[in-house]
Amino acid sequence: MEIYAFIVLSVLAIGSALGMILNKNTVNSALFLVLHLISLAGIYLLLKAQFLAIVQIIVYAGAIMVLFLFVIMLLNVADEPSLFDRFRVGYFLAFLLGVAVLGQIVYSVAGVAGILPQISPEMERIGTVEAVGDVLFTEYLMPFEMTAILLTAAVVGALMVAQFKSGKVSRA
Amino acid sequence: MISIEWLISLSAVLFTIGLIGVLIRRNAVVVFMCIELMLNAVNLSLVAFSAYHGDIAGQILVFFSLSVAAAEAVVGLAIIIAIFRNNLSVDIGDINLLRF
Amino acid sequence: MTLSYIVLGVSTFMLLNSAALAVYAERRVAAFIQNRYGPNRVGPLGLLQPIADVLKLILKEDVTPQEGFKFIHTIAPVIPVTTALMTVAVIPFGDGLVVTEINASILYLLAIASLGVYGVTLAGWSSNSKYSLLGGLRASAQMISYELPLGMAVASCVLFAGSLNITDVAASQEVWWNVIRNPIGAVIFIIAAFAESNRTPFDLVEAEQELVGGFHTEYSSMKFGMFFLAEYMHVVINSMLITTFFFGSYHLPFAGLWLPELTTTQKMILDVSVFVGKTGFFMFLFIWVRWTIGRFKFDQVMNLGWAKLLPLSIANFLIIAIVLYVLNMMNV
Repeated sequence: MEIYAFIVLSVLAIGSALGMILNKNTVNSALFLVLHLISLAGIYLLLKAQFLAIVQIIVYAGAIMVLFLFVIMLLNVADEPSLFDRFRVGYFLAFLLGVAVLGQIVYSVAGVAGILPQISPEMERIGTVEAVGDVLFTEYLMPFEMTAILLTAAVVGALMVAQFKSGKVSRA
Repeated sequence: MISIEWLISLSAVLFTIGLIGVLIRRNAVVVFMCIELMLNAVNLSLVAFSAYHGDIAGQILVFFSLSVAAAEAVVGLAIIIAIFRNNLSVDIGDINLLRF
Repeated sequence: MTLSYIVLGVSTFMLLNSAALAVYAERRVAAFIQNRYGPNRVGPLGLLQPIADVLKLILKEDVTPQEGFKFIHTIAPVIPVTTALMTVAVIPFGDGLVVTEINASILYLLAIASLGVYGVTLAGWSSNSKYSLLGGLRASAQMISYELPLGMAVASCVLFAGSLNITDVAASQEVWWNVIRNPIGAVIFIIAAFAESNRTPFDLVEAEQELVGGFHTEYSSMKFGMFFLAEYMHVVINSMLITTFFFGSYHLPFAGLWLPELTTTQKMILDVSVFVGKTGFFMFLFIWVRWTIGRFKFDQVMNLGWAKLLPLSIANFLIIAIVLYVLNMMNV
């Protein structure tokens, strides 16, 4: 049962990732990415990481991707007409580099195949909200507070960068 | 349950797709989404290792990586908006003021 | 196990029907408030009016904008309906009357609510019309902004229950309703719920004077009907959530102090009828406000959300946390 769910979810994840990079239309790309993120949340659920699955949907699908869609619609970005109408050397090189990186990862993982972990009996317990919260607010409290500072800095920085100052910016 | 090799392979494939996307796309917003894709691929392998080891540290790390991704998306999109305001384009080929 | 299937079937059926009932109620209450009759021709008291409405919608021609994006235009109306239906899975209608017990059901609720934005946004974008696009952008900005105070208000309830499970939140209100322990949170939650379901005074998503019809300008026939259905389903769902989080869920006021022991069946019937009664009252409140208060301007909505409600909800959360901590210390 879990095997079939995993196969369906991973095919969905890979398919939507390919759809994202190959689609000319930016909004369609963003929607494919949403589908990808939701299927990853499904895989997290298979791994019994309930908390991360829900946070993945709240943060990525619910907040970040809506922000992306918002920006795409606001800028009204045109399609990329020349994505695959002619062969470019750059595409071939990109593909080669991708295959090289994939080969490198597979090679390095195969080198340590003997010491990869088997399924732990703890898996059921560690993914729950209680378990994550317990560790997050004791052992990892300092990084957690750092995250708060980081997010505040990001909000202030984004406001500074994106704010429209009339008169100062010359519009082409 | 599936063995962990499958999850790592899935993560590697997704990372590669994201990498190729970064290299072939010209639209800054899509390039940015491909980076999110690569981040997610790494998150997947972290969650897989965390679950199979029975050690929660990996999932905590994913939690932090999620919040960093949110901060990064906010700042990155703000930069893209600022560039669009000056260039009226988000094609990364047109953003070449720092080139020479 | 069988009980949860029964609850699932009955609640989904009731939710779909209550949307139709809410449409009828809205028109009758609106007529009552404006001192006119309202629909009273189809069936006794006009009760068959929703059926006539749906029949009319189905028989109309389905128009898709030629320059729009047909696939997204078609799937966009499905999203708000789906998210509304998915919410029912975790709401407790009575003691033990819940479809599925999820450990973190409040997070689940917030996740589902955050996905509802896509329907409106995509509908506005795929119509390829400036009015639709503006409506969709306004909707997404508004729904994202009001999700934060909504989440903080819910979090202040979680503090009282000490659990992210919605059944525990409901059970913790047996004596003291959360509206008495946490009145500011209740007000914030109700305001944010109005904004989340895009109802007046926050309905500038579809402000007729400025935007023709907002995000559903280009929709017709049953696709429009889906948006219509989703709007009223969200009214019902949000009434249920207000009831569950702040107005004692299925408990009568101070029920733990005076309510005698009942048999399981009696308790079940009492719980469900109390819950339905409270939900009905809040649906009436939604309609009442719509025909009483005017619409805000967009900058006022954003100002209220970010500059007033969000700091207030965070302060409320902090104060409750500190008070509960001090009380805990004194007891020990």
